[in-house]
Amino acid sequence: MDFNDAPAEASFRKEVREWLHQNVPTKNELTSLNEIQQGKLWQRRKFDAGWACIRWPAQYGGRDASAIEQVIWGQEESKYDLPVDIFDIGIGMAAPTLMHWGTDQQKQQYLPQLASGEHIWCQLFSEPIAGSDLAGIRSRAIQEGDVWVLNGQKIWTSGAHYSDFGIIVVRTDPTVPKHEGLTYFFIDMNSPGIDVKPIKQISGSSNFNEVFFRNVKIPDTNRLGAVGQGWQVSITTLMNERAVLGTGGGGVAFKNLFELASQLMIENRPAIDDSQVRSALANWYCQESGLRYTGYRAITALSRGETPGPEHSISKLVGASKIQDMASFALDLLEMAGSLATSEQARYFDSFLNSPGYRVAGGTDEIMLNILAERVLGLPQEVRVDKGIPFNEVPTGS
Amino acid sequence: MNFEFSKEHDLLREQARAFLTQHCPTTVVRKILEGNDPFDRDLWRKVADLGWLATVIPEEYGGLGLSYYELAVIAEELGRVLAPIPFSSSVYLAAEIILRDSTPAQRRRWLPQLANGEAIGTLAFAENLGRPSPQNIKTVARNGKITGRKIAVTDGDVADFAIVLVQSEKGNGTSLYCVESREFSHETVDSIDPTRSHATLEFHDSCGELIGADGHGWEMLNAVFDRAAVLFAWEQVGGTESTLKQATEYAKSRYAFGRPIGSFQAIKYKLANMYVKHTLARSNCYYGTWTLAGDHADLPLAAATCRVSAIQAYYYATKENIQTHGGMGFTWEFDCQLYYRRAKFLSLNLGSEHWWQDRLITAHEQRNLVA
Repeated sequence: MDFNDAPAEASFRKEVREWLHQNVPTKNELTSLNEIQQGKLWQRRKFDAGWACIRWPAQYGGRDASAIEQVIWGQEESKYDLPVDIFDIGIGMAAPTLMHWGTDQQKQQYLPQLASGEHIWCQLFSEPIAGSDLAGIRSRAIQEGDVWVLNGQKIWTSGAHYSDFGIIVVRTDPTVPKHEGLTYFFIDMNSPGIDVKPIKQISGSSNFNEVFFRNVKIPDTNRLGAVGQGWQVSITTLMNERAVLGTGGGGVAFKNLFELASQLMIENRPAIDDSQVRSALANWYCQESGLRYTGYRAITALSRGETPGPEHSISKLVGASKIQDMASFALDLLEMAGSLATSEQARYFDSFLNSPGYRVAGGTDEIMLNILAERVLGLPQEVRVDKGIPFNEVPTGS
Repeated sequence: MNFEFSKEHDLLREQARAFLTQHCPTTVVRKILEGNDPFDRDLWRKVADLGWLATVIPEEYGGLGLSYYELAVIAEELGRVLAPIPFSSSVYLAAEIILRDSTPAQRRRWLPQLANGEAIGTLAFAENLGRPSPQNIKTVARNGKITGRKIAVTDGDVADFAIVLVQSEKGNGTSLYCVESREFSHETVDSIDPTRSHATLEFHDSCGELIGADGHGWEMLNAVFDRAAVLFAWEQVGGTESTLKQATEYAKSRYAFGRPIGSFQAIKYKLANMYVKHTLARSNCYYGTWTLAGDHADLPLAAATCRVSAIQAYYYATKENIQTHGGMGFTWEFDCQLYYRRAKFLSLNLGSEHWWQDRLITAHEQRNLVA
């Protein structure tokens, strides 16, 4: 066990730091660009210099780096405030799924354009009728020769309005039990028949969408896994999703709250001197630190070539509530002024309004707990009334 | 960077687990709970023969000179089986202070005996209800002799010596003295976890030897607390895992409404939350152990982090384990009580959750001062 860099790791870190120092875009470079352009500029710059997706094989635009080198890269890159979020789904979720299930030709064709930032991908899983019960989706694709014709609707699709491709799971056989009738594709978002409509969120902004499909044609060459194997392929995506979401540094961190509590006063003393404030902050630090080192331990598993397992649900489960509770606590420390949407407290204000979404996105808290209980602890599944019966005979309540 | 124990450590863990499964089932723990023996002397002798007491003591003092990684592995296994022996008092506390703060002569006097189990040491500091502080210590040193009364001294009835916190002779703060058991009287006291005995110690002009610098008792005590906190946390993490296992097995085998109770989400969520708290505490212990083994400047923060998360994980697991067992969990007969009692003992013995939350934030404040 050694939390310090070995000599080779230290020199790798030095190389990373020097490259970042010289290449991170300046404020001037970014100021006239929108968020997408900023993200693409940075991703392209990394790709051209061989620093994009460093853990990937070089033939797909990566660097064949080790899991530890990936960690070092992540630690150093996250010291800068860089526009990387738009690639979370493509690079963090679609690519590992392609890597695991794709044919050589699919990988060769799509991975390099993900690494270079040329293509942004989105994830088309949830439907109005199927969220937590994801396998209950109803969007229907019917095969006609070498294409599939898709009709239906997806929802909560982050970034659909600026994405080039989407990963999608659809029903291809409604006459078999629900998990067995699904097939997984990727889809060109510019295909005729796709209609994207933004959804306005609690915060007032619109990061996600409803996506409608009317007779959209998907080439069979865009299929990942066998027909009817869509559920297993989706699990690969979802495991990676939880790993991505869990490590997200967005929102409020202990450091922010510690600084805030050191500056604000309660009864003429810094809030941090108050024993209740100290207890609350200590508990969040324990969670933050526990998640960090749980993540590090998972790296050891990843470096042995294992795919992220159900235990990754911990980071999303704990991380999402932590941000919500810390944001709420920060606003409380501000007392009456906490209700003001002014710039100095924007971090807490935004987190307070965005964090309910973190607890739902990528699997609700309740689904995470079920996964841990069933897949890690081995507890028996709930009794399911839809188990083993054809999907088109499952009660819908409508 | 490498975030796992080594193959050698894993081998030690396997050996320790196999040994303790055989020699320390809960029937052994119950013998101490229900009988008159203060601890299991047979298990103590065997553990001494395996060299576990000698783990980090240098070879020149009769020890094995191994690292805190090995001691952490042993601590987790002892915690897992609720070993009813004075290991924490003697190894994590008394031996640590002798090792780090005493003179070579004092080390030669005590370390070989602590290493082979012939001597048991403990720490005596609390005197009143509530949190000890340098100000509320009334025990004094006068002319090199100690007078006062110490309460809640774990293993105080079986210790051959106690390291005692006193007001210094010169009035310049607190000091630590090593006092042998023939110099004090003890009275065994019932405690929340009778598998770890407790005593009140009375000192009347008791001869003792100063340990470390006069007037620096509180600092030395806090330094050993930081170190011990990591090892206590491993015992707590081991106990939490046992508790989670017990709850999971029961939830799978107990039926209600025609199905295993573990298939109900109300029970699943409890058990999943136990798993989450256990995992976070364990991961904090990894980092804590690394700072302990390397005497890293981050030890006070890492130690408080392991301790707070381990206290919380063990308490949550043991109370919800009883809840999962329903009425049976509340009986003397079921082992749920053993873990519930031990969890509380471990969380009190080195200072409460609230105290360590405070220490955690203090460590952040001091880190910022240095930075």
